[in-house]
Amino acid sequence: MSHDVVPPRPGTATLPTEQPIRFIEPNGELAPGDAHGGFALPPIADLVDMHRRMSVARRFDTQVTALTRQGRLATYPSALGQEAAEIAASRALLPGDWLFPTYRDTIALLDRGVNAESILSFFRGDWHMAFDPYEHAVAPQSTPLATQALHAVGFATAATRRGEDTVCLAMLGDGASSEGDAHEAFNFASVWNAPVVFLIQNNQYAISTPTRRQFAARTLADRAVGYGMPGHYVDGNDAAAMLAVLRDAVAHARAGGGPTLVEAYTYRIESHTNSDDPTRYREDDERRSWQERDPIARLEKFLEAREAFGDEDRLRVQEESEHLAASTRDAMNATPELDPLEIFDHVYSAERTSLLEQRAFLEAELASAEPAIGSGGAR
Amino acid sequence: MSTPSTRAAEGRTASGQVTMAAALGQALRHSLEDDPNVVIFGEDVGPLGGVFRVTDGLARDFGDQRVWDSPLAEAGIVGTAIGMAMNGMRPVIEMQFDAFSYPAFEQITSHLAKQRNRTRGAVRLPIVVRVPYAGGIGGVEHHSDSSEVYWAHTPGLTVMTPSNPADAYSMLREAIALDDPVMFLEPKSRYWTKADLDLPVQAAPSNRAAVVREGTDVTLLAYGPTVATAIEAADLGADEGLSVEVVDLRSLSPFDDETIGASVRKTNRAAVIHEAHQFCGYGAEVAARVTEREFFSLAAPILRITGFDVPYPSPKLERYYLPTAERVLAALDTWEW
Ligand SMILES: Cc1ncc(C[n+]2csc(CCOP(=O)(O)OP(=O)(O)O)c2C)c(N)n1
Repeated sequence: MSHDVVPPRPGTATLPTEQPIRFIEPNGELAPGDAHGGFALPPIADLVDMHRRMSVARRFDTQVTALTRQGRLATYPSALGQEAAEIAASRALLPGDWLFPTYRDTIALLDRGVNAESILSFFRGDWHMAFDPYEHAVAPQSTPLATQALHAVGFATAATRRGEDTVCLAMLGDGASSEGDAHEAFNFASVWNAPVVFLIQNNQYAISTPTRRQFAARTLADRAVGYGMPGHYVDGNDAAAMLAVLRDAVAHARAGGGPTLVEAYTYRIESHTNSDDPTRYREDDERRSWQERDPIARLEKFLEAREAFGDEDRLRVQEESEHLAASTRDAMNATPELDPLEIFDHVYSAERTSLLEQRAFLEAELASAEPAIGSGGAR
Repeated sequence: MSTPSTRAAEGRTASGQVTMAAALGQALRHSLEDDPNVVIFGEDVGPLGGVFRVTDGLARDFGDQRVWDSPLAEAGIVGTAIGMAMNGMRPVIEMQFDAFSYPAFEQITSHLAKQRNRTRGAVRLPIVVRVPYAGGIGGVEHHSDSSEVYWAHTPGLTVMTPSNPADAYSMLREAIALDDPVMFLEPKSRYWTKADLDLPVQAAPSNRAAVVREGTDVTLLAYGPTVATAIEAADLGADEGLSVEVVDLRSLSPFDDETIGASVRKTNRAAVIHEAHQFCGYGAEVAARVTEREFFSLAAPILRITGFDVPYPSPKLERYYLPTAERVLAALDTWEW
């Protein structure tokens, strides 16, 4: 039996830092240099831009939550408190790059330029997806957990083989990171050296399941090492750290360096969706302690101290926020005309006799004076 | 000059006949040649040529950017194929054995089948999932399942299964050219079936059933591995003076009501034969559809000759499980003629 030395593998794994990478402390002060994880603070202008986008996104998020409470939307998974990770994900990408989001990542989509109404018509229950993924380089929001991470790897691999320098960023939650598809995606991406960034938003809960019941590793970023890729453990409530790390990971992928796993250590302030009761699984104190680490307030203090943000900016941001909130209200308070016959239109590329027959059946029912159609499914 | 390896590349055996496995390999080869976006990946499909050698020689001739071994993970194979197809490729992927497709069930049913619908037609997924399926080769457990009903039940999927080398070639070419996802079920007990064939060959369109044996007394509806069983039953029946028509369904979804209906109107009797379990099986759908449409031309209830409602048995017992020509004839005998 031979005991040959195993040749080194090509992976470029690095152990994540002990503490989350951070530039801005919860009180708005600059974190000590050893907390920066070797990354450079992004330009102040980019942080001002992040602040504006995060603020607008928060106003949008609270508006949609309110509309959901009023029954205008069937459901809405809020990302309140996670704006730094959400907006950094969108900002780290170039226009031709692709975002592969989950149901929670509405504000990242919005920031990517997808129209609010077409995103929300999913949650209102009009259509599963109402935007064209190719128009915005945004894949459909995935409801089954972690599945879209594999789509991102395939898309990015195809891009490389076609000579395009597209990078794909897949977003997933801490719960989703337990799914087999997540592990398969990490492994495929690394073996294929795919230009992909995996962003795990560890917001402490998967519906009600806390992370201590979700994984036993020190951090989720630690997993990267086992797959042969770099992993970064980042303060998810620090917009500067999120932007710096994600930008670096995107550049690394674009330069042919392969995938990176980034964990954003953050918190979901709102309930999982409107049908969730968070009082059953977490204390108010816990939420308050995270509100003190709020990503927007923190960034604002940091920028104010550098005179990069003042009352005039505050007004401008408010105006933009209220404008979006109002147009979202208007759009969601209108009841769209839906064509029930369209359910048959997008199943196959070619016509199918059996579907044509079922379509004709529904059409006849719709045309009859006493339609045999129910008053609508569950809201 | 014909060395063994060029013969394999031409899809011919030494005797000049084409096996179904070789016909499938040729279909893949020609599709790779015709369209640079076609790629093949999966477990062991590269240098080994797949465990059934269907992809034999393709990695060598097209390189590892077109044909390559993926990590061993079925959800990963289907999921990454979905992303590739979203970005312009036409992946042909393999689930090594029927029951090993189950880890990919979610990717297939929740995404592969639905992405066109979810995006109102914006995302097309021209992906072929090749599944060597069904039994009869003495495989240990999980190597002999007939999983067709899971896929046929799922809107958005097209499900085909060839029963002979010509169909195998022609239907796989069509499947790869189709803009929709196709579950392409290859009856592994038929891989070594030979036919005298010059490829390329253009068989009947893949969405149509085919009358493979004309008869007047009864229609046997079969697909994939059981077409051979039905033909054998027709031969045995002929010895007893029974005129048996055999229809090879070829396409499980869509279902060819027309061809099947016409046959049943001619013979007034029908029986379905499949290897999969009977309960909630494909035969139930066939019987229900044909009954709904052709009830008044039926002289007897539609019969199902199928596997039993048990997990697929161990190799030494599979012959007790698989439907045989004798069982088919015995079943027909239960009718009052
Ligand atoms: C495959 C799958 N299993 C279960 C669910 C139901 N489900 C929806 S969200 C959720 C929790 C996900 O938690 P996490 O990944 O941490 O993301 P978060 O919602 O916290 O953003 C679960 C279990 C699902 N959508 N998909």
